[in-house]
Amino acid sequence: MGETIEATAHIASAMRADAPPAIVLENVNKWFGALHVLREVNLQVATGERVVVCGPSGSGKSTLIRCINRLEVHQQGRISVDGIELTDDLRSLDAIRREVGMVFQSFNLFPHLTILENCTLAPIWVRRMPKKEAEELAMEYLTRVRIPEQAKKYPGQLSGGQQQRVAIARALCMKPKIMLFDEPTSALDPEMIKEVLDTMVMLAATGMTMICVTHEMGFARQVADRVVFMDRGEIVESGEPEALFNDPKTDRLRLFLSQILRGH
Amino acid sequence: MSDITLGQTPASTAPRSAPPVAATGAMAWARANLFNSWLSTAVTLLLAYLIIRYSISFVEWAFFNAIWQVPVVNGQAQTAACREIKGVGACWAVITEKHRFILFGTYPYDEHWRPLLVCFLFVGLYVISAMRRFWNWRLVPIWVGTLTLIGILMWGGLFGLSYVPQERWGGLPITLILSTFGLAFAFPLAILVALGRRSKLPAIKMLCILYVELIRGVPLISLLFMASVMFPLFLPEGMNIDKLLRAQIAITLFAGAYLAEVVRGGLQALSRGQYEAADALGLSYWHKTGFIILPQALRLVIPPLVNTFIGFFKDTSLVLIIGIFDLLTAGKTAIVEPAWQGFGVEVYITVGLIYLVFCFAMSKYSQDLERDLNQHRRR
Repeated sequence: MGETIEATAHIASAMRADAPPAIVLENVNKWFGALHVLREVNLQVATGERVVVCGPSGSGKSTLIRCINRLEVHQQGRISVDGIELTDDLRSLDAIRREVGMVFQSFNLFPHLTILENCTLAPIWVRRMPKKEAEELAMEYLTRVRIPEQAKKYPGQLSGGQQQRVAIARALCMKPKIMLFDEPTSALDPEMIKEVLDTMVMLAATGMTMICVTHEMGFARQVADRVVFMDRGEIVESGEPEALFNDPKTDRLRLFLSQILRGH
Repeated sequence: MSDITLGQTPASTAPRSAPPVAATGAMAWARANLFNSWLSTAVTLLLAYLIIRYSISFVEWAFFNAIWQVPVVNGQAQTAACREIKGVGACWAVITEKHRFILFGTYPYDEHWRPLLVCFLFVGLYVISAMRRFWNWRLVPIWVGTLTLIGILMWGGLFGLSYVPQERWGGLPITLILSTFGLAFAFPLAILVALGRRSKLPAIKMLCILYVELIRGVPLISLLFMASVMFPLFLPEGMNIDKLLRAQIAITLFAGAYLAEVVRGGLQALSRGQYEAADALGLSYWHKTGFIILPQALRLVIPPLVNTFIGFFKDTSLVLIIGIFDLLTAGKTAIVEPAWQGFGVEVYITVGLIYLVFCFAMSKYSQDLERDLNQHRRR
């Protein structure tokens, strides 16, 4: 723990320092039973910033981003998203979930609904958008992720890569300000990883604020403004991808990078 | 996840071979399944002998030697002919003579068109509800309207229909009323209880667990006794709730507890990811439940759900112990008359067939529904 770099070091964003922060985490702690899964986590993400979170499994990276839209509840500290603090107040929670889109490792499409219905459900019922308008919007995003021709099919009829692209389109249909990606390519066959990463690169180019938990170092280098390395529930190092990968300051990151590279 | 096509893969150079010639046809099937060893040949022949022998004697009893009508003298059926062939031929005359009593119980004879119409209304209601084209809000007024109409027809006292007290109702309409009203209320109740059992609010959760465990831990018969004997003791003097209604409530509560557990099984089968995805999209609890969770959970439990429905349809016959004349009780009562005593088999076969028609229809429909609604799971 002695090698943890000062918490304040992570707060300053390298890019767009003038923009207001989209996400602020201050001294966030969380336990699963006796297991301390998040320890004094401090992180600020500026609007438009792309952050990649990496770390060994069990390091708390998924828990961290799941706290941001309150799929997990943090127990100590403060989290605010888009200027709204995350509390037990249901109205603020609804407001935040409307603004934060999430893509899961296991896609989590709704299998009983068609691709189009998957994309239009939330805009119609949460955003109160007329059905026709929601469908046009959905088709627009499905075109953007390059699968408009699958709109009438069910998720089970699509390949993993296609399903994950639908999941991205579904989240985008809510016009979120922030997108969270929880290991979006980890459940995919190797030949499908690229199509999903390409979609994410394209999304990054639109200036979307993104936090992405991934082991795809190539993606991190190409897209991330900042990479955050977590281990055992704490943020150990963070910085621009090239600096972080080429010149790790801590043994923990060095070990992790060597394992990642050996694995690939 | 594996239906990616690799367009550039060169065609395989291995020689194409035809699949092994399948042995097809009835003869091949019979050889493979019925006569594949001396033992199975022996068993096949023995069973074929028994099946044919008993089928022939049943057909002889039920059709060739049967008596379909007996003379009636001064309102007394002359059943001597039937008694002579007892054991050799069926006496369907009991059905010919008594079918109206079996179907409608002690309902006034001249008004039998009313319960008959009620039965048709019920069947019509089932048919309409079964068609998925009608699965929208319009089903609610259709149900409310039809059930009201059924009430008016049965009770009368309105529009020039004579009043018929509930004590005189009986037969098939009672069975249909008990099971239809029972299911119509028990099913929504079950869904709420199943959701409540998974609620984060401890009070609601406890209440639902208590309900299910209490009701499930008691035989239906004791619930019916309680409804008919004990429940009136708690009512204020002079107030009286219809006996049928009390039985109806007992049956509804009973079915609700069982159905709730079936529905809960479906809720538990869904992955957490489905809940999380709905949450992450900002769907409210009721939107999430109504659009994502229940449609999937209920599809998963169609077989056990229909299983419970069918069991429950037949369980309504237990109301006989508190003196309500459902179809089975009416059948039983029809042969109390001295002239017809001893012709139970014919009556029970007929009543059984009526139950079978309804239960088989439910079963067949559920198979179709399961196939149609789970299309998304096929590739």
